[in-house]
Amino acid sequence: MYLSPTARISLLFLAIAVAGLFVADIAITASNPWRDLGRFFLGVATPDFFSTEGLATALLRTVAFAFVGVALGSACGFLLSLVYRFYPVRIFCAFIRAIHELFWALIFLQFFGFHPLTGVLAIAIPYSGIFAKVYSEILEEADPGPGRLLPPGTGVISAFLYTRIPDCWVQLRTYTAYRLECGLRSSAILGFVGLPTLGFYLETSFSQGLYSEAGAMLILFYVLIATIPIWVRPRLLPVYMVGAPFFLGDGMPIIWGNVERFFTQDIVPAPLRDGEGLASLGHWLHDLLVNEALPGIWNTVVLTQIALVATGILTLLAFPLISNHFGGPIRRTGGHVFLVIARSTPEYILAYILLQLWGPSMLPAVVALALHNGGIIGHLIGRQTNTLQLRPDAPSGFNRYSWELVPRVYRSFLAFLFYRWEIIMRETAILGILGIYTLGFYVDSAIQQIRFDRAMVLILITALLNIGIDVLGRYIRRKLALQTMPTC
Amino acid sequence: MAGFQFSGLTASFGGERVLGPLTFGVEEGERIALVGRSGAGKSTLIKLIHERVDGHASLVPQDLGLVNALPVFHNVFIGQLDRHPTWYNSLTLIRPFRKDRDAVRSLLRELSMEEKFWIPTASLSGGQRQRVAIARALYRNADLLLADEPISALDGPMANLIMEALQQRFTTSVVALHDVDMALSFATRIIGIQDGQIALDEPSSRLTAADITPLY
Repeated sequence: MYLSPTARISLLFLAIAVAGLFVADIAITASNPWRDLGRFFLGVATPDFFSTEGLATALLRTVAFAFVGVALGSACGFLLSLVYRFYPVRIFCAFIRAIHELFWALIFLQFFGFHPLTGVLAIAIPYSGIFAKVYSEILEEADPGPGRLLPPGTGVISAFLYTRIPDCWVQLRTYTAYRLECGLRSSAILGFVGLPTLGFYLETSFSQGLYSEAGAMLILFYVLIATIPIWVRPRLLPVYMVGAPFFLGDGMPIIWGNVERFFTQDIVPAPLRDGEGLASLGHWLHDLLVNEALPGIWNTVVLTQIALVATGILTLLAFPLISNHFGGPIRRTGGHVFLVIARSTPEYILAYILLQLWGPSMLPAVVALALHNGGIIGHLIGRQTNTLQLRPDAPSGFNRYSWELVPRVYRSFLAFLFYRWEIIMRETAILGILGIYTLGFYVDSAIQQIRFDRAMVLILITALLNIGIDVLGRYIRRKLALQTMPTC
Repeated sequence: MAGFQFSGLTASFGGERVLGPLTFGVEEGERIALVGRSGAGKSTLIKLIHERVDGHASLVPQDLGLVNALPVFHNVFIGQLDRHPTWYNSLTLIRPFRKDRDAVRSLLRELSMEEKFWIPTASLSGGQRQRVAIARALYRNADLLLADEPISALDGPMANLIMEALQQRFTTSVVALHDVDMALSFATRIIGIQDGQIALDEPSSRLTAADITPLY
């Protein structure tokens, strides 16, 4: 039987995911999950906006960290994009963006403590790597023609400002604004490791069973993200930029002795620190790899593959919800609301909520990753189907879906899915902090045991794994000739 | 400037030679019209000359080379970027100085498109875009003009106006033209290109339209 390359790769990934289901730990362990879920939805339906004065502060801090982090990241990323053609710069950028914001936060927490700098750098560093890559791709697209016409002797900077930037300006601005939205999500989840943003208050409310309070926070967060076009205006941006650093809160002062100790002692592998020689180091590394890294990698990969396919299935189910080719305006509006909520909620928060309700297993993580990523890709694919013109006598209903629409959008669907593969893996690793046995779990445990040397090796392994998946994803996209624009 | 001597000008495309080898001179004060069928190699020749003089020429390429997102003013000002320090150019992007505004404005008045001063070139018509590229070349004010079909999108009176302006401002010029009458009235010397070779090279005073037509 002949199968197209795209169908073959889809079936291969489906088979891997099904095999993964047999070895994965998928279960609902809570004693009464549906009652808790019901109470949670009741809480969202009856939000309590006035229970705590912390709510306004949390939102303010969330916005402030996002602004300062993204601004710093975009400035550094822009400078890096100018030298991005040099191989070492590419490697450096790939490395810093392969480490999740929360991992960066966990690292900085160890030596800067709860100083605002921790949160700012946790966002700015990985974002610099991403900005550098995307900015350089955008700048490369600029028409080289005008640059060749310049009078000889024109300065490099003048030439750049006049012939490259104007052509790319709209794209640069759009992408930066889009990353700001991502930055708000990143900023919110930094609260889960103790920074004073939304996640911190959300976790507190949840652990006390105050669902109405948690519901109010989630609703305000959606409103904040949905109204970005209204409150983020080019003219207001300088005001935000100047003002944001003053709203980060004071945190705790940096103790510089801690910084020095972290680099000179804490992260040095224990056998070397204690002068036990190389043989002991080998034993240490072997123990770390066999007992922590390998199980972590295994669980991370299994969960990633299941979540990737679940995302794909959810996308294919969800995109008709907003497609012009099906249903009336009421159903489409409902579809839009569902997809906006799904993609605006950071997967970490979704996973946290589901984990509280269903108990610890891989299931909440799979559902959270599928909902968030499926929401993003479903939105993009649904919008794409709206540009398609079908012949007047095209079939309707399920035949229209399966014969007319899916074949037309399948390639870009796969392109987005493989683009997000690496992002899903990065998130999967980090969800370990919530108690699922992926790499993040072992990183978090090592940090709690104050064994930063082990934590650093595990973070390094996580970064390499992400880079590997990124390379593989790009290879598959190139093999199948799939193209896509970046999504976060 | 003492004119140019070009020798061994060649161009290949996909391994096949499409132009030359050509050898010819350009004297100071000469206005040369390049004529010939489209695809004969006129555009390639203009590009080659531009490279040979190391960019020391006012160039109007066929694709115009405008920065579409920038307004007309900046697209013209680009012609003198080399005469100002970087801080001056950067500031001009945000808020141009009065004397530059006045200079560019009077130039655009000559080409009767003063009212488009702040319009991004992306939203101009083909003829207007062509005049912006010409204004840039005039503002650049090099000794040599290289222009590739600079009036192809302009109507009769406007085309005459432009060619007169170019004739006045540049002492030496090499211009590709498909309009034979315009070539005869504008140029002092006509070079006909056929299959990548020079098929005709005469002072225009010795030529009539009938001598040029066989080249097409």
